[in-house]
Amino acid sequence: MKEIAVIGIGITKFGELWEKSLRDIAVESAINCLEDAGIDRIDSINIGCMSSGLFNGQEHLASMIADYLGRLDIPSTRVESACVSGGLAVRNACLEIAAGVSDYALAIGVEKMTDVSMGKATYALATAADQDYEAFHGITFPGLYAMLARAHMERYGTTREQMAQVSVKNHYNGSMNSNAQFPFTITRDTVLNSTMIADPLRLMDCSPVTDGAAAVLLTTVEKAKKLKKHPLVVISGFGSATDSIALSHRKKLTELQAVKKSAAKALKMAERTIDDIDFAEVHDCFTIAEILVLESMGIIGPGKGGPATVDGYTALDGKFPVNPSGGLKSKGHPVGATGVAQIFEAVNQLRGNSEKRQIPGVKIGLAQNMGGSGGSSVCHILEAK
Amino acid sequence: MNVPRHWRETPERYRMEAAKCRKCGKISFPARLICPACGNKVFDKINLSGKGKLLTYTIIRTAPEGFEDIAPYAVGIVEMEERVRVMGQITDCDLLNLKTGDKLISKFRRINEEGKTGLIMYAYKFVPDVGI
Ligand SMILES: [Zn+2]
Repeated sequence: MKEIAVIGIGITKFGELWEKSLRDIAVESAINCLEDAGIDRIDSINIGCMSSGLFNGQEHLASMIADYLGRLDIPSTRVESACVSGGLAVRNACLEIAAGVSDYALAIGVEKMTDVSMGKATYALATAADQDYEAFHGITFPGLYAMLARAHMERYGTTREQMAQVSVKNHYNGSMNSNAQFPFTITRDTVLNSTMIADPLRLMDCSPVTDGAAAVLLTTVEKAKKLKKHPLVVISGFGSATDSIALSHRKKLTELQAVKKSAAKALKMAERTIDDIDFAEVHDCFTIAEILVLESMGIIGPGKGGPATVDGYTALDGKFPVNPSGGLKSKGHPVGATGVAQIFEAVNQLRGNSEKRQIPGVKIGLAQNMGGSGGSSVCHILEAK
Repeated sequence: MNVPRHWRETPERYRMEAAKCRKCGKISFPARLICPACGNKVFDKINLSGKGKLLTYTIIRTAPEGFEDIAPYAVGIVEMEERVRVMGQITDCDLLNLKTGDKLISKFRRINEEGKTGLIMYAYKFVPDVGI
């Protein structure tokens, strides 16, 4: 198996991009990525996108994006697994390189969500749940995570204030990210006084509806070493796992098994333990999700995620910074793009290019991206060499 | 929703029909073709009693399309007597007094209707089990 390096990263502004189309943003992120790499060669394309069919009435992105990139002769594949579509597109690109099938593998993540009304967007997102046994009964995504939040609060005593602090922290980080949709700070009261969406979760516990795209270009470590444009960043491990699509079929409501397994697989492949990791980009689609993910991966003990957040453990200057980009909450959550945007942030941190939000001296980062209420998850371990 | 899509779920939605694995006894709701516990493919049909207790829940304030008229409403996960978990709405109760651990029983109720001429969909909802 060949070793994998990330040689190019690209992203668009995240937000309500009224003037730009699905194809515009996907191609823009790829152009930025190729320019960053200083390479104009792609052997394969993997495009992560959750629901262009429902958001834009457009399927068949494999053809459309290859076409508008001007690369009609190479393999192009659309990857879908709800909000982990982007992370799995990166994993597929890793497999292309590891197998020696591609020398240069491009992964793009994209979602153009504001072409439909909020009601239609909510419907599209709810298709990541079990349509016949969850969505049929009127549940929403905030509702699913609200049920997880209640279970965690009752089991461990996690408080509303602790969950609010996740949002406050991520907004603080995002306030230094010029690509973020909401690059401003908020207070705990902003969260606690925001509109109730699904008890106990409020509007400011929830990641927004966002347009955006991100892209990464991978090659072999051998080839990357000949390029001197950027410090070398490798993907030393990746792992993915699934869990039941329906929340009611989970063995536990206070831990996410797919997250736990995907992290364990990625760490094993990288020959690392969680203690070796310097920082993480994780899937904070809701405030409680960040707490659940940190505990499920073993970064923080069971039930300790809330108190650790309040104590600053996961802050930018804490012992284990989490979501330096601002996370899904502040940066925005164009679902299919999120997993690729996490890799973008991790690579920039490892290159030392993250400007005001740069964490000093980081060498190893973890990116964790998940789908639905935790029905699928993928982790990547990235290392500066 | 087209008619067959709702109609084919009728056994589950109207009488909570589940599948009991003939090899290991695990009950699956809805029915599956492969037992998630042992991999066996032979099942017996059983009807759930409808009785259970509330494991976790939420109150939906911002409802999805088609549910706006009944918001706010509660949705929860109920652990049934048969040790199988089911998600459904909880109704006929004071939403603010709901508690995990509450004893509930399923009732046949209207879930949703698609305008004046569309399908009217019925299924189970849960209500407090007052033991009558
Ligand atoms: Zn069985």
